Amino acid sequence: MSESTQATPAKDERVKEISGFRQALIRPELGGIVGAVAVFVFFLLFAFDSGMFNAQGVMNWSVVSAQFMIIAVGACLLMIAGEFDLSVGSMIGFTGMMIAIFSVTLGWPVWMAIIVTFAIALAIGALNGFIVIRTGLPSFIVTLAFLFILRGFTIYLPQTLERKTIIGGVKDVAEGDWLAAIFGGKILGGLFQWLGDAGIIGVFERGTRAGEPVVDGIPMLIVWAIILVIVGHIILTKTRFGNWIYAAGGDAEAARNSGVPVSRVKIMMFMFTAFCATVFATCQVMEFGSAGADRGLLKEFEAIIAVVIGGALLTGGYGSVIGAALGALIFGVVQQGLFFAGVESSLFRVFLGIILLGAVILNTYIRRMITGER
Amino acid sequence: MTTEPIIQMKNIEKHFGSVIALAGVSLDVIPGECHCLLGDNGAGKSTFIKTMSGVHQPTKGEIFFEGKPMHFDDPRDAIAAGIATVHQHLAMIPLMSVSRNFFMGNEPIKKRFGVPFFDHELADRVTMDAMREMGINLRGPDQAVGTLSGGERQTVAISRAVHFGAKVLILDEPTSALGVRQTSNVLATVDKVRKQGIAVVLITHNVRHALAVGDRFTVLNRGQTLGTAKRGEISPDELQDMMAGGQELAELEGSLGGTV
Repeated sequence: MSESTQATPAKDERVKEISGFRQALIRPELGGIVGAVAVFVFFLLFAFDSGMFNAQGVMNWSVVSAQFMIIAVGACLLMIAGEFDLSVGSMIGFTGMMIAIFSVTLGWPVWMAIIVTFAIALAIGALNGFIVIRTGLPSFIVTLAFLFILRGFTIYLPQTLERKTIIGGVKDVAEGDWLAAIFGGKILGGLFQWLGDAGIIGVFERGTRAGEPVVDGIPMLIVWAIILVIVGHIILTKTRFGNWIYAAGGDAEAARNSGVPVSRVKIMMFMFTAFCATVFATCQVMEFGSAGADRGLLKEFEAIIAVVIGGALLTGGYGSVIGAALGALIFGVVQQGLFFAGVESSLFRVFLGIILLGAVILNTYIRRMITGER
Repeated sequence: MTTEPIIQMKNIEKHFGSVIALAGVSLDVIPGECHCLLGDNGAGKSTFIKTMSGVHQPTKGEIFFEGKPMHFDDPRDAIAAGIATVHQHLAMIPLMSVSRNFFMGNEPIKKRFGVPFFDHELADRVTMDAMREMGINLRGPDQAVGTLSGGERQTVAISRAVHFGAKVLILDEPTSALGVRQTSNVLATVDKVRKQGIAVVLITHNVRHALAVGDRFTVLNRGQTLGTAKRGEISPDELQDMMAGGQELAELEGSLGGTV
């Protein structure tokens, strides 16, 4: 035994050398990278002349992709921690409605309406997580209940208070509000003005906005998406808490045995998902100037699909925020691209179903490669 | 090696309702020794080590840890005191890398701009060193635990416990699901750990595995101890008979024409 401890053991002859190429393939983002490249190549070939790749077109699909990204980041971390949240869509509708009710109906300052709404959303997220942890029920069922509970309130409250299901006028009350600007404003306006003046991007030819660039800044929605993706990626891969997220989703019992506070991690991920949904809702309310009872329908599934395209396993313990962001990008580009390419929009759903199936099959295959299962 | 016992279990009794799982078991665990706990299924081995690791509280009897009476309310107390248990179902997550698993719950931290980050460099280096010491060649620290064999996973779990300062290492049937080669690797690991002055408690029902590494042998049968023997004082056949609790096995052996 003594010599085997001294000398570096010889290579195990049964472990095949893994080629660099194959190793590069075994990563959660693979599906997202391949899909994103394929989607861009496709639309560059078939929709280049449609205006999809001029400044306005790029901004169009970027905004849609950024919306998906914001909720996908939350859903991604939660899924890696081993749980689902089906109440994301209802949470978007509910929190948007709360902001409108607080600021328009009750006349609170908008910044206060936003902060209180975030607090309520985080509390509901924590409640979701607490019920899942305490009862041991699948998060699927618990959050399905909240899907209905929150949607019900989103319809009931405005009907009772205002006798309608859409509350408008948020834009007027949000005028000049510092916190509203963080969700509804635009940045780099000067840069785009310069780009317009320099003729790099188009400017309006006539009308009241003649001379202004067609794109007058980057919406805060996109800024939020980028920040959330970067922060989510760093937390997941570079921090102790990230290790706990993987561990909680990989095997909760084993993680507990090793001293990982699994319950706390999962509850915090439910809260983060609720936070992301509220960011989405706030940006949307500030952009539209109104809150509607039907906002956010089906968003929970779109978030989950983006995450799965991004390589996360439905069973938890494996995935990538960057992958989820790419999944969201694919989602946004295809949804808007089909419109630019003049394809019947109902075919989008067909496409969605097919790539979802393809992504899940690819993920299962990658998982087998990682764990050596057969 | 004659050192003071690190754990002394005295007349431990454990009752579950009307069932007497342990009826007065005593045992000393000495640093640098491998104490094998043998017994057939249902003999009370698991109940006994769970009492030692704080999962169960004894109904009667006393536990001394480093000479002082000790009472563990839950496994965390025991872990904090330096008693680590490596379970049959390992605390390993197949989808995570070896280095992430190794430091799970004990992640090293490196401050960057005041923000605490997971120190992957340190974790990778320590993991590779620890694995090399135990004779496991990793492709890299980012290799998933799922690609390791059962024996290698046991070894990772053992070296993790040792790295984080275990004084007593309880191994619950580490060889029960392993092949011949892997078993010898795990037993070799036990030998290395013992030589570092750590007390090892090895639970097994395989006499040959016990004799390969054991310094002391305690046989449990139906909740009672049939005595502790030192290495060299007892033959494999005697151990086997004690575990089976009688002579039937010897007769069976005759008719089968070999050892069980």
